[in-house]
Amino acid sequence: MENILEINGLCKRYDDFALKDVSFSLPKGYIMGFVGENGSGKTTTIRAILNMARIDSGRISVFGMDSVKDSIAIKERLGVVFDSLYLAEHLNVRQIEQQLRPFYKDWDSKAFFDRIHQFELPDKKRVGDFSKGMKMKLMIAAALSHKADLIILDEPTSGLDPVARDELLDILSEYIEDENCGVLFSTHITADVERIADYVTILHSGKVWYTGTKDELSEGYAVIKGDDKDIPDALRKKLIGFHSYRNGFDALIRTDDLAGIPDALEYEKTTIDEILVYIAKEDKHERNS
Amino acid sequence: MKIIIKNKSELPIYEQIEQQMKEQILNGTISEDEQLPSIRQLARDLKISVITTTRAYNDLADEGFIISVTGKGYFVAPRTNDLLHERMLFEMEDGIEKAVTNGRNAGLDDDEIIEAVRRFMEG
Repeated sequence: MENILEINGLCKRYDDFALKDVSFSLPKGYIMGFVGENGSGKTTTIRAILNMARIDSGRISVFGMDSVKDSIAIKERLGVVFDSLYLAEHLNVRQIEQQLRPFYKDWDSKAFFDRIHQFELPDKKRVGDFSKGMKMKLMIAAALSHKADLIILDEPTSGLDPVARDELLDILSEYIEDENCGVLFSTHITADVERIADYVTILHSGKVWYTGTKDELSEGYAVIKGDDKDIPDALRKKLIGFHSYRNGFDALIRTDDLAGIPDALEYEKTTIDEILVYIAKEDKHERNS
Repeated sequence: MKIIIKNKSELPIYEQIEQQMKEQILNGTISEDEQLPSIRQLARDLKISVITTTRAYNDLADEGFIISVTGKGYFVAPRTNDLLHERMLFEMEDGIEKAVTNGRNAGLDDDEIIEAVRRFMEG
């Protein structure tokens, strides 16, 4: 399978934070959800892909081209949606279109205005006065109007109401119906990832904690619960983010490690949200012990 | 074809799709040779991952319920299809096994169970 995006050994050090050996890849034709707690490095990684942040080491290739050397050619085929509007707030949709058009060889004005109408965006109102959902749709319309093959969204759903989020998922599923495109989107609202994402990458303190298909992630882990005293010693060190309370305990566990657990312990399937919480708890234990 | 995804179900989504499609193929709701939505269309309609629908279709094809025609898409396998026929027999045997076990558990003897089956068939 051909990768539309490939990151190998990406390192980037700041004074108080570092991306350490980040590697993952997104095959053509699929959607990847990019999740992790605040400050885990998602935005830094996205900035590196867009060549907006210099990388210390590693290599990023987009459409098989080098993110640094071929940055201009890559941007021609890349659509970006941020959590806040990157377009001039005092202009209306028509003026924005005129501003964007010269930047892209493949700009399609008709496709742009068709989208604007489909999204029911007013074309004479200042975009600065748009609601958050309208701004997001405007950025998507722009991204889709220069025949982008890869769309990168950074927290597109934060601050959106459920209706607008649902519309976004709809737009992305429609976009991906063409097998030649790809979507990378970072989000805190993991329910969105749980639904439409094919692949998931979880970032934790600047490192990749998981990357692979969403199904393998949700089948690979479970939440285990029960009474503290029923945990066999061999199992105890396999528990991730162990949390004990007055009446019992809960923790994350690999489903491979579930074989032969005592009947007194119960387990159930987990969600990406829960996984993120247990990873953070595990980290705290390590720092405290 | 009708598919309803329950997010709160304990069953993974691909299994929900497989189960519902099998049921509708076996009871004829989806007719033989009918063209199915493409993997990507179905993912879009249900707003779920392409990998999930791919997995469901692959499993259904492996079990002989549907067939993939290169360049055209997926179709319901004809009923004369050996695999599908075998599958239907298997479903029947499975049902018989359950019926007999339940009957015996209820204290019926074999003749009474056979009589119950006959009554059911005569409606």
